[in-house]
Amino acid sequence: MEFTAKQATGPVVVAPALVTRMPFSARYDLDRTTGVISRNDHELRGESIAGRVLVTRGVQGGVAAGWALLALAARKCGFAGMVFGDTNPVMVQGAVAAGIPVFAGIDPEFFDVVRTGDTVELDPAARLVRIVPAA
Amino acid sequence: MKLTDDERAMIGGEAGPVLQKALTYQLRLAEFFGADHFVPVTNAHFTGDFEVMDSGGLAYVEELAAAGAKVRVPTTRNSTCVDPAAAGQLKQRCTLVDGELRVGPMLRRMGVLTVNTCIGYQTVYTPRLGEHVAWGDTGTVAYANSVLGARTNYEAGPASLFAGITGRTAAYGFHLDEHRRANVVCRVDAPMTDLADWGVLGLLVGKRFRGYWNVPVFEFTRAEPTPDALKHLAASIASYGSMAMFHVAGVTPEADDAVGGREVLERIVLSKKDIEDVYAEQGKDDQVVDLVVFTAPQQSLLEVQQIADLLDGRRVHPDVDVILTTNSMVAKAAAEEGLTNVLSRSGAMLLVGTCWYLMDPAEMRESFGWKRLVTNSAKLANIIRAHGYEPVLRRTAECIDAAVSGKVR
Repeated sequence: MEFTAKQATGPVVVAPALVTRMPFSARYDLDRTTGVISRNDHELRGESIAGRVLVTRGVQGGVAAGWALLALAARKCGFAGMVFGDTNPVMVQGAVAAGIPVFAGIDPEFFDVVRTGDTVELDPAARLVRIVPAA
Repeated sequence: MKLTDDERAMIGGEAGPVLQKALTYQLRLAEFFGADHFVPVTNAHFTGDFEVMDSGGLAYVEELAAAGAKVRVPTTRNSTCVDPAAAGQLKQRCTLVDGELRVGPMLRRMGVLTVNTCIGYQTVYTPRLGEHVAWGDTGTVAYANSVLGARTNYEAGPASLFAGITGRTAAYGFHLDEHRRANVVCRVDAPMTDLADWGVLGLLVGKRFRGYWNVPVFEFTRAEPTPDALKHLAASIASYGSMAMFHVAGVTPEADDAVGGREVLERIVLSKKDIEDVYAEQGKDDQVVDLVVFTAPQQSLLEVQQIADLLDGRRVHPDVDVILTTNSMVAKAAAEEGLTNVLSRSGAMLLVGTCWYLMDPAEMRESFGWKRLVTNSAKLANIIRAHGYEPVLRRTAECIDAAVSGKVR
């Protein structure tokens, strides 16, 4: 299944999805030394983000992602990519610095279909996100 | 994308590798957000300290510095993760202190003013109505757009540094008139008796209308905000709602006809009960307190004076620690006014050049056994859960009462 996005930049990536209903913040949600979700009341508390594509409708806070995405990548425990319904410039600024793809304005139906663990292919140049069928 | 001759020279490398890297990065953002030109900026505000930059970010900026990067417009720096004078007392790890000792001097060599403050608009530089700037730190951005009528997006990570280096930023978002119109109308029928109430308002509206592109206009029937009140509102609405702008009818410079034809998502009325309900949700009474913190944003001189007045002649409970943060300009004035002595005598600690949540509070929790934290900052209450704390949000005098009694009452 393919879904279009209004905005995208970065390299092509194929990786497993990590889906959350909670708006994302690098500072509020993560242990940024390990890439593990650490927020007390987060539905994915304890999950590692390493090598996974974050899928969430929105963001909250802070400028931390501007550096954190790069810092996580340098520690080899960062996201493979990010897909948002709506985002702010911080996530884009951080993703560009980290060299990972970032999407915004994805077709809302995507959130109804995608599940944690699904393999997703991100093609920013085409502004396409594809859920790769399980083998 | 319309580029000037200077910008073409930068992209083409004729102006050197630093400007090429900087503008190429900015061009990626411009394309993402559909900007068709760059706009000159007069000022940049850089957010970056070792706690958030880590070794990866440090290496990134070191590479720029080694290549001879210099800012071409005045560029200030946000709060950092360390107050060197208190690092030992707070048991901050050496890597954090050492990292900061590398970041600060490196930024100064690039021409950045390391004033280390998130309230530079109160103490360093106050842009005028319509002035284009490139500021990091979400609260400063919300304040600049809303209260001053300056124009900036969130400029995070290397983005604001690159804006300082190139002297420009992509013309999208809050640099453009159409994004500055209100699409939420919020009447507030509550007395707003404390700075914390303004943070609570930011929480309520930020959570309900979360989204960078949403802009509320507030109409107050029973309150008039001070600049410090607007500071708490800006910090909180940015924290909970990722919002970058609001208007206050009769107060902020672009509030006349704030909606200006934009489609309104919703019109709401918030009451005193709505405000009080948030306090009830944000921590229970009759609990033992470990720590009371006044930060996020740094305290103005008037806030420091208020807290010193509340603590004057009283003593912080032996099982409680009290921390305030501010910048070096306010700290100097506070010392001259005798406020620092009042705080010290009572047992409170005034930290300089930092904002407490940047100082690796999870590590401090482990070092000192802190768990329950009382604050008048709605923003801090939002952030600190990620670091294993139980925040209790209260009005300023109640925070001081908790500090002295050892309990939330």
